[in-house]
Amino acid sequence: MNTTPIDKLAETDLEEIRNERVSFERTPDMPTEHMILNFGPQHPATHGTLHMVLELDGEKVAGATPHLGYLHTGFEKLGEYRSYNQFVTLTDRMNYLSPLCNNIGYTHAVEKLMDIEITPRCRNIRVALAELSRLADHLLCIGTAALDIGAFTAFLYGFRAREVLYDLFEAVCGTRLTTSYTRVGGLLRDVPENFAEMARESVEETLRATEEIDRLLTHNRIWRDRTEGVGVLSSEDAVAWGATGPVLRASGVDWDIRKNEPYLGYEAYDFDIPIGRNGDVYDRYLVRMEEIRQSAKIVRQAVEDLPSGPVNADEEHAVLPEKSEVYESMESLIYHFKMTMEGHGPTPPVGEVYAATEAPNGELGFFIVSDGSREPYRIRVRPPSFVNFSMFPMLIRGHMLSDVVAILGSLNVIAGELDR
Amino acid sequence: MGEDVENKEERETEDVGRSESEPGTVTTRIRARFGDASVSTGNAVGCESVIAERDALLPFMTFLKDDPELSFDYLVDVTAVDRLRLDEEIRFAVVYQLYSYKHNHRFSVSVPVPEADPRIGSVVSVWPGANWLEREVYDMYGIVFEGHPDLRRILMPDDFGSYPLRKDYPLHGKGERDNFVF
Repeated sequence: MNTTPIDKLAETDLEEIRNERVSFERTPDMPTEHMILNFGPQHPATHGTLHMVLELDGEKVAGATPHLGYLHTGFEKLGEYRSYNQFVTLTDRMNYLSPLCNNIGYTHAVEKLMDIEITPRCRNIRVALAELSRLADHLLCIGTAALDIGAFTAFLYGFRAREVLYDLFEAVCGTRLTTSYTRVGGLLRDVPENFAEMARESVEETLRATEEIDRLLTHNRIWRDRTEGVGVLSSEDAVAWGATGPVLRASGVDWDIRKNEPYLGYEAYDFDIPIGRNGDVYDRYLVRMEEIRQSAKIVRQAVEDLPSGPVNADEEHAVLPEKSEVYESMESLIYHFKMTMEGHGPTPPVGEVYAATEAPNGELGFFIVSDGSREPYRIRVRPPSFVNFSMFPMLIRGHMLSDVVAILGSLNVIAGELDR
Repeated sequence: MGEDVENKEERETEDVGRSESEPGTVTTRIRARFGDASVSTGNAVGCESVIAERDALLPFMTFLKDDPELSFDYLVDVTAVDRLRLDEEIRFAVVYQLYSYKHNHRFSVSVPVPEADPRIGSVVSVWPGANWLEREVYDMYGIVFEGHPDLRRILMPDDFGSYPLRKDYPLHGKGERDNFVF
């Protein structure tokens, strides 16, 4: 037998099919046999490297076996050798469509472990940036989902607005993608002076694009034919399989961490949680569209009266002192040294913590075990994509081959987060 | 939240004595059903947690899910910790994060698993979502989930041979990369 790597990966599945084929040969009256089709690892609709072995009965999918790990980077192992602040840079590379949400989710967990209260200004900036990232993530998700099933224009409209958002991220963080903006107890630096104005402008641009996409897709006959009734997930299954985010809410479960377990002061914001009815690809699209509008509301409120004051908490054991103070005060110089030199940095007490935030894809959780040293003893990421994608074989069964990309797009599987 | 530095010292002493503090409502409920010795208090921050035995794990987990006062219907996460360099007798611990939609509360269960016999019951029959999460723990730590429908490696190649998240596995690997042909 030829043992190329692809064959080896699919061996378990092929074995079954091969046996089945043998039995078909013995009974020549049997009219059909299943066909094995490799989807990925290099395929434009997988948005990263993702490999699935599809078992086809004609044009219908009889079964799908995902093979993960092409983008496995070992972030969790690496995290055990990095200080708490260094790990922020690794979180950028997980869900690379909304790196700021990962930054915020991670530092939120460390702050919970260390019991650090962040400043009101920092809280509002984090909320605004998390929601702006959600806008960017949803725009891209909807755009590429439409692109994958043949609607090119929506993708371009989404990307144009996303560009404005990314200009904002660049102005705030200095980078577009690898933002690394949060620090334990605060932020890398304060936002630029015209942040509120830029945020409002990018929200306007996003809403404009959303309305354009809405007009293009929501009542579009082809779009609805391709998405309605496809990949239906019942609310019972969604709960049992641990689905979160838009996928869960499209199935009719009214649950959002921002509402149910508020963090960063989300309880003070006026926004609604959209809920779907049928749990199909179309409802997931509608939920994301409405979430864009709701997140826009949150951004406006967060920057409306942005509290003044410092962005870093007054915790000299965890946060870098002001640079101007480092030049003038002996204590600040010492703390600066203690924070930055190798083997130094924020040191949480012994214990373990699990903290979850609502990322664009669902519950993004960080589980950290601290042994009281400068590096986490164990750091675990609970990626929403991973759990949502595990339902894929169940959702695709019985659908047409062309629905594979429709369902995949609606789950918004991000390979960087899936494989970590 | 938001204490001054003085309160922080107080908190640290609290940390030390946490295991003797009052058990939470979930723990009380579990003890009423399985006996006082069934679980001991865990050390998770900001969330009730217990350390449970791996024998009879399935009835225990089923109780957590089905009991109307607990109803942990959402399995958030399954992961493991290699406690090789911690002051623990038993090397591994499998950690379950649970959430209840009905009561809006979280709970964490930690189950010690010895190195000599790294086996634990699978909870896929209780929460189907445990499927891939348990596969990942198996892949990374070599802990075998008995009764799992499809226990294969998930992130590492099938013929990888080592368990990379174990503490005695070096960060730079054992030269496996040299054997891959692209």
